[in-house]
Amino acid sequence: MPEGIASQGIGASVRRKEDRRFLIGKGKYTDDINRAGQLHVYFLRSPVAFADIVSIDKERAEKASGVIAILTGEDVAADNLGGPICGWAPTNKDGSAPSEPPHPILANGRVRYVGDHVAAVFAETLEEATSAAELIDVVYSEMPAITDLKTAMDQPQIHDGMEQNTYFDWELGNEAAVNDAFDRAETIVNVHIRNNRVIPNAMEPRAAVAEYDKGDARYTLFTTSQNPQLTRLVIGAFMLNIPESKLRVVAPDVGGGFGSKIYVYPEEAVCVWASKKLGRAIKWTADRTQAFLGDAHGRDHISEVKLALDKNKKIIGLRVDTLANLGAYLSAFAMVTPTYLHGTLLSGVYDIPAIYTNVKGICTNTVNVDAYRGAGRPEATYLLERTMDVAAKQVGMDPAEFRRLNFIPKDAFPYQTALALQYDVGDYEPLLDRAMAMIDYKNFESRRAKSAKDGKCRGIGISTYIEACGIAPSAVVGALGGRVGLYESAIVRVEPTGTISVLTGTHSHGQGHDTTFAQLVCDKLGVDIEAVEIVHGDSDRTAFGMGTYGSRSLAVGGTAISKALDKVIAKGKIIAAHMLEADDADIEFKDGKFTVAGTDREKSFGEIALSAYVPHNFPHDRLEPGLEETAFYDPANFTYPAGTHIAEVEIDPSTGVVELVDWVCCDDFGNLINPMVVEGQVHGGIAQGVGQALYEEAAYDDNGQLLSASYMDYCMPRADNFPSLKVQNLVTACTHNDLGVKGCGEAGAIASPPALINAVVNALSPLGVTDITMPATPEKVWRAIQDAQTKAAE
Amino acid sequence: MPTVAMKVNGANVVHDIPDNTLLVSFLRETMGLTGTHVGCDTSQCGACIVHVNGESIKSCSILAAQLDGADVTTIEGIANGDELHPMQQAFHENHGLQCGFCTPGMVMSAIELVEKNKNLSEREIREGLEGNICRCTGYHNIVKSVQDAATRMGG
Amino acid sequence: MYSTKYVKARDIDDAVKALKSADDGKFLAGGMTLIPTLKQRLANPDCLVDLSACGLSSIDDEGSAIRIGAMTRHVDVAESALVQKAIPALTHLAAHIGDRQVRNRGTIGGSLANNDPAACYPAALLALGGTVHTQSRSIAAEDYFDGMFETALEEDEIIHAVSLPKPEKAAYVKFPNPASRYAMVGVFVAKFADGVRVAVTGAGEDGVFRAHDLEAALNANFSADAIADGMVSSDGLMSDIHASADYRAHLIGEMTRRAVNACT
Repeated sequence: MPEGIASQGIGASVRRKEDRRFLIGKGKYTDDINRAGQLHVYFLRSPVAFADIVSIDKERAEKASGVIAILTGEDVAADNLGGPICGWAPTNKDGSAPSEPPHPILANGRVRYVGDHVAAVFAETLEEATSAAELIDVVYSEMPAITDLKTAMDQPQIHDGMEQNTYFDWELGNEAAVNDAFDRAETIVNVHIRNNRVIPNAMEPRAAVAEYDKGDARYTLFTTSQNPQLTRLVIGAFMLNIPESKLRVVAPDVGGGFGSKIYVYPEEAVCVWASKKLGRAIKWTADRTQAFLGDAHGRDHISEVKLALDKNKKIIGLRVDTLANLGAYLSAFAMVTPTYLHGTLLSGVYDIPAIYTNVKGICTNTVNVDAYRGAGRPEATYLLERTMDVAAKQVGMDPAEFRRLNFIPKDAFPYQTALALQYDVGDYEPLLDRAMAMIDYKNFESRRAKSAKDGKCRGIGISTYIEACGIAPSAVVGALGGRVGLYESAIVRVEPTGTISVLTGTHSHGQGHDTTFAQLVCDKLGVDIEAVEIVHGDSDRTAFGMGTYGSRSLAVGGTAISKALDKVIAKGKIIAAHMLEADDADIEFKDGKFTVAGTDREKSFGEIALSAYVPHNFPHDRLEPGLEETAFYDPANFTYPAGTHIAEVEIDPSTGVVELVDWVCCDDFGNLINPMVVEGQVHGGIAQGVGQALYEEAAYDDNGQLLSASYMDYCMPRADNFPSLKVQNLVTACTHNDLGVKGCGEAGAIASPPALINAVVNALSPLGVTDITMPATPEKVWRAIQDAQTKAAE
Repeated sequence: MPTVAMKVNGANVVHDIPDNTLLVSFLRETMGLTGTHVGCDTSQCGACIVHVNGESIKSCSILAAQLDGADVTTIEGIANGDELHPMQQAFHENHGLQCGFCTPGMVMSAIELVEKNKNLSEREIREGLEGNICRCTGYHNIVKSVQDAATRMGG
Repeated sequence: MYSTKYVKARDIDDAVKALKSADDGKFLAGGMTLIPTLKQRLANPDCLVDLSACGLSSIDDEGSAIRIGAMTRHVDVAESALVQKAIPALTHLAAHIGDRQVRNRGTIGGSLANNDPAACYPAALLALGGTVHTQSRSIAAEDYFDGMFETALEEDEIIHAVSLPKPEKAAYVKFPNPASRYAMVGVFVAKFADGVRVAVTGAGEDGVFRAHDLEAALNANFSADAIADGMVSSDGLMSDIHASADYRAHLIGEMTRRAVNACT
């Protein structure tokens, strides 16, 4: 392969093709889009958490300057519109279906969280819409807010017809086997875990622009989505009753998602609905306050963990009982996140013969909670990796060696866990060894002593994680209550001049698909990367696909592209055989050339492309014109990235401030397409995990008011909160996709919180501190030290 | 409605705008310069940073009318034709951006930081970017980009 | 933002006139607090009177004090050789207000007129025993602050300048709120020939205050060791999701010790 092309193929850190438009200010985000004659909509939101709406007087507002219309829940009901749906419904442990109360896109008679949509005000300008909203007089009959996860089940029902404010009560695993393990156990470890509630905070707030074309009776929606095809399906088929073919959904450049832009939200549906009703294009852009109040939050679990060890300190059983706060309404992945994405992962990287878990999904008067970077897997990893540290301490072992003792050995793959998943491949000890070498683990105590001389408490914390990615095999998903398949589509369109457009059903919002997917094409077809265009995000252009989340885009979408490329090559061979007057079977394709085996007779890829569209003498009985192939790829299994992250912290005991001083990790993502992009994904994931562990918390008060509703109170990590991050990789190739890839987008966020909290607890353990909840804020750390000292003095 | 005259990216512009027009709205809506972004409403995220008379400011926290006569430079105005500014080039080479939303503000902030001091330590760069929030990169490659740009800019 | 009228005043008289002719006007200095407040629709003035053309940006040596014009920006104070020589603690304070973009716009006069309970400058003014000069009078720091966001300023009174006496030594140490990065506790310690003054910002329910107990301890023994644990009461201190009153009380003691050690 020519050197220039080789440097663009698989394994090369190709600089990103998409960078230029962002760097010169020519990215095209939804809020950058305007339509002639557009109206602006402002959503009047509930100021109270739980109330019946007694009346809405909109008369004064309707007369205000610039106002065109004000729509409320009554209008939604009159037009018989549906709400956002849940994409995946686990079955209750008694075999019944979960409770899925309706979610009207504008509140109908009752509001259930602060921020619930009460009215949509449409006006010529956003200022006019906002001002008019202040003139709407809503009378609420308030009820006590239900915000506490522990006691919500005992409160009055938030939705009529629900019981114990519980969406579902789900279990997985063999409870009898676990009970037996605990009966036999030499050591039992009990850990209480709180996984704090966080807010995704993609830097681009959500936005939507919708218009209706009377001429062809067709809607277009530009929206901030990670999966525009699913948005089209849900809005068309479930919410507004629009034939899919009459709704085009475009997700242009999207400024980060992290899960929060998977779901269909009421605002975008209202824009589509009103665009026809009012005969004007409609634009909505959230400000950050609305993002805090309205975007799906993440995490928010309470778990009780019990681990059984035998006399050899081997784990023989695990039980986890979890309450998951899902907020006031269900969104697309709300129910699958704490169940199949969480419960199935509880074996971690460990050989655990018996596991049982029960998860209850709880309704509260808070905004909905759904998948946030990692989605269920960070929660599972956090509780397991914290428990491993507590257990190691309890049995007097070094946490690294306790983990090593319990690792699934490398000759045990494929490894069937006690919880449904089968890991295809992995080798965990080298990852641990490399990370320990990177941070100089063996000399940690001398660093601790040096810090102590400066009055600082130094700590080190390990997290050896696994995740189930490449979401997901449709057959598995279907059997577990998934309502869609999770395959991916690709169309490879070779154009007459030899340029190539790849249409993918995934969506890039920072992941660099324009580049990495193009690298797959360069590698397979031997063409220059500049000849490749990746197309995503427009339902009119791409085939039906499932979007980007769950570290799935390369493992599933990339494999679909690979398969479509194989089809292109196969057809190219037939064209070449025809042009070279040879047998199809004698044609080889290498380095961008079709050659008759054993001869110097060849055709370049460009010649084949042109010929496909100038088929003057094609034998049409066996060769169609054109060179365009489609593939849908449905994975055979999840992929299982794994790795070791180690954090080192220094704590100032006089203030409680935790400083992150070092971070190393060694991950196994299978084969790497673009190591530079992979490293960037890991950095970002770590930063989000560090944010959750040290800084971030969505705090509600007893009245259901979100106290951390702006960057004044919600602490976003800044550049000065981090040291340089040291990232390395080892590879065991995935065994069941063509590329041998596993996915890397969520790993950092999954691995990092327990590494940090383990490091904080390790730092403070000489003072007698045994636990700290996330986020480890200065006051919390300081108080833990004070309490431990008081206890020690007693 | 006051008339505001300013130089934007080297061109003289004159517009009648409502008194309460923020600079960022003036740039995005009146001028069509949508490279400058709005990521928060409390003047903290820095996605809206532009240069006014050579200094970085948050364009969400100033009225356009306050800048009558000023020289404003946005992300669209720093490249030399097709040749990227060294800071833009450094962000490209070092993978200093992912979703791209915070990038314009980050680049504009970093340019001023480096122009004031080309021999910045890593800590100084990190502290100097206090007014910019990025959710994608963990800042690691942004810091590398700024270090690289400082060299490119003659540090 | 509600609609409003913008006026750029030519001088102080012009500014006062413009404000008087409005129903509910506001002076606009750097705008770093006021503009975000307006954006959030938390205020609805019918007129904004911009003071930037009134010629109030200056830093002068007055012998025993420095005099800083009200519209002098944080960046100008932070980069002033004169300030660095006279009161290095003030250089440090100004260089750590907000972020660079805030320091490029925000002014000392604006900060003092606004009197945010978590702002840094009020601690400097109070600890240094400075004086606020307006078009009609000079107000001693002790008489200037009047609780959160409240000052002795009349509606149409404009700060011209601030005089800050030069201490023997001083230091300002800030413990920032991790989210907003305003002071969660900020302690300004200033040692003069006639005694030590300690001012605390970010912590008091009524805004900036002098910590008289700490002053007494430091007057007896100007050393970090003089500040004992538990010397600061949590009475009257703020409590929020970031820090309880107890923790703030602890931080006041700790930041005071650090300030004493950092005094130059």
